[in-house]
Amino acid sequence: MLKVTNLRKVYGSGEGATEAIADLSFEVDKGEFVCIVGPSGAGKTTLLKTVSGLMAPTAGEIELAGQKVVGPPEQMALVFQDYSRSLYPWMKVGENVAFPLRRKKMSKAERKHVVEHAVESVGLAAAIDKYPWQLSGGMQQRVAIARGLAYQPEVLLMDEPFASVDAQTRADLEDLVLSVRHEYGVTVLFVTHDIDESVYMGDRVVILTARPARVQEVLAVNLPRPRDQVETKELPEFAHLRAHVYRAIKGGQAAGADSEGVAVDAGAATGADARRQDEAKLAG
Amino acid sequence: MSTAVASSSRPAARWAPRIGRWAQGWIGVIGVLVLLELVVRVGIIPSRYFPPMTTTFGTLFEQLGESSFWTAVLQTLQGWALGLGIAAVIAIPLGMLIGSNMLVYRGLRPIIEFLRPIPSVALIPLAILIYGTGMQSKVFLAAFASTWPLLIQSIYGVRDLDPVQKETAQSFRIPLKDRLLKVSLPGAIPYIATGLRISSATALVLAVTAELVIGAPGLGRAINTARAGGVPDLMYALTIATGLLGWFLNVVLSRIEARALHWHPSHREAAR
Amino acid sequence: MSRRWLYVAVEIAVPVAVFALIWVWSAGSDVYYYPPLEDVLTTFKDTWVFERFGSDVAPSMLRLFVGYFIAVGVGVGVGVALGLSPVLRRIAAPIVEFLRAIPAPALLPFALLVLGVGNSSKVFVIAFVCLWPILLNAIDGVSGVDPTLVDTGRVYRIPARDRLMKVVLPAAAPQIFAGMRTSLSLALILMVISEMVASSNGIGYFVLQSQRSFAIPEMWSGIILLGILGYLFNAVFLLLERRVLAWHRGARAGSE
Repeated sequence: MLKVTNLRKVYGSGEGATEAIADLSFEVDKGEFVCIVGPSGAGKTTLLKTVSGLMAPTAGEIELAGQKVVGPPEQMALVFQDYSRSLYPWMKVGENVAFPLRRKKMSKAERKHVVEHAVESVGLAAAIDKYPWQLSGGMQQRVAIARGLAYQPEVLLMDEPFASVDAQTRADLEDLVLSVRHEYGVTVLFVTHDIDESVYMGDRVVILTARPARVQEVLAVNLPRPRDQVETKELPEFAHLRAHVYRAIKGGQAAGADSEGVAVDAGAATGADARRQDEAKLAG
Repeated sequence: MSTAVASSSRPAARWAPRIGRWAQGWIGVIGVLVLLELVVRVGIIPSRYFPPMTTTFGTLFEQLGESSFWTAVLQTLQGWALGLGIAAVIAIPLGMLIGSNMLVYRGLRPIIEFLRPIPSVALIPLAILIYGTGMQSKVFLAAFASTWPLLIQSIYGVRDLDPVQKETAQSFRIPLKDRLLKVSLPGAIPYIATGLRISSATALVLAVTAELVIGAPGLGRAINTARAGGVPDLMYALTIATGLLGWFLNVVLSRIEARALHWHPSHREAAR
Repeated sequence: MSRRWLYVAVEIAVPVAVFALIWVWSAGSDVYYYPPLEDVLTTFKDTWVFERFGSDVAPSMLRLFVGYFIAVGVGVGVGVALGLSPVLRRIAAPIVEFLRAIPAPALLPFALLVLGVGNSSKVFVIAFVCLWPILLNAIDGVSGVDPTLVDTGRVYRIPARDRLMKVVLPAAAPQIFAGMRTSLSLALILMVISEMVASSNGIGYFVLQSQRSFAIPEMWSGIILLGILGYLFNAVFLLLERRVLAWHRGARAGSE
């Protein structure tokens, strides 16, 4: 579904140039939930901005469903980290969610239905006529998620969406995303700096090095679905995986920019296997 | 919108950076001047009303050597300086006093809010009546008009003071005079600086207005005389000179304001 | 709580007291340029309610509003265009900086020369001067729109026209309104000046004429009328702004 090949992004030119991303390659299959995690400042937001077509890469290619991405593609939606600045304060919640749908060919009734459904899915049916600034931070982010879902994209990009919310709200939002993902069947690329979150949510975890970013490792997460905040986190496999990610990140940080960035793409091959195993478990 | 749209967040012409920012600034000015010159030479606008730019600038340069020109400039500046000075002497202390006492502030606020929107030019006939048609009228009008922005800004400057600072001073029973000078004043300086910039522009406008309408001595009167005397290029030259004077004063005061605001970056937004 | 009532009481009492003071003090006045307040108010009633309304107030208001709305149209149109394009902005910057620094009254002779002493020269001056606050604020408002808001629009592939009308303009609206409010008071001032310099009707003309013919209470009545108009314009505009920008106040409060 989504394929990133040798992505490179350099800001500025000449003396003051900073290389945010050196060489990134990874793939996301249809229906997968892939988390990207890395040390602070590793260029994760830059990655999402290039993948979503908001920024042009310096080198490398991004392909969505076989087509090259040169501008924001139709089938992609992006949920920003700073929800208060991405929701339009002069529109009510319902209007915010409906706004991207204006372009899509649907009747008024259909649109209303889609919007209401999305808003309900995130549990904000009561707030549909309120203004975003009348809601709490967590609720605002849910509106942003509803907006992304109503758009019915094939791929949903999320840029550290829960970084600005408190821990309990964060847990609720994590579960919310997992459940709606299941319902809507979107492919998700989820950027976070929270190691626990990346393991909890993902099918695979792409670990980045420090700036300039490369793929350090791709880890398959073989935890059973549906995930649960208590049960899943009690599993020894969970502890093992998060320790692995933690060590990888620390190692990547220590190595710093000198690291050759050994792209151990162990996950790519097993990704599909892992999913098949999960599906078997779900069916069984 | 197809997917093939360039994804650079700056889709504008790529030649722009090459020309350079500095040059871009001058393109506009030169372009307009050339355009104006051509338009008149070609005859689209009769030169009776609008002499070519070269002629106007020629006259302007000539004027720079005329003592009458500089006298007029000084007369305008005199009105401006006196008006602004009087306004400052009245408005700043008054504003700070009003701002530091809630009761006084609330009591006087409706009066200020009512007097503020009165266009000072409405008082021109009054000024003529009382002060005649000379420099005094001009100063009166300039002072009246420029008092208001400065007063408002001084009030805000004092009121915006961190209440903790104010209460600390009060709890140590520091006398009012010292409180105003040593606590309120430094905090209010950025606001006052902004007020001075606004009031300066106002004072200049009123000074030139008085010269124009009443005939008080200065650039405004000279412009009017040139118009009535059928010397359009002189009129335009003097208008441009007045514009330059205004721009110059604005630059000077903006610098002062920036200096004062330098230490209070958080006030920059609030003071607008 | 009682403090609050004290403040309200003072807000009402002081203006009333000042009014009474002026009334009494001027009643016995024999200084001819400060006639008794009573006389002034009587004259006000006789003149402006509604005797000279058609002959002076109407033409004044017409000039003012025509000039003002031209300024709004051009200011918002050009301002948005410049706000969207940094290249155009840089090119236009010195011209704008210079033109706006010309003290308004200095433009009157130019307008009179080229457009004559009729309405068009006055409307031109009003429009020209009122243009700058609106233009500059529109440029600032549009160019300062939060990039995240714009990015959101791009990600969801919202068409350019919608992005402009439904994202950029509402985002810039608070600032544009601030410019419009400044311009409105400027419009009043310029209307008065232009009428004093070259007109045969209008409120400004009336005030000057009254002074020349030593009809002092009339002169004062005109001044008071101008004060009332200034106050009214400001108050009405604020009310309008409050309704249109209700969301803005809420958003600002919420983000604090």
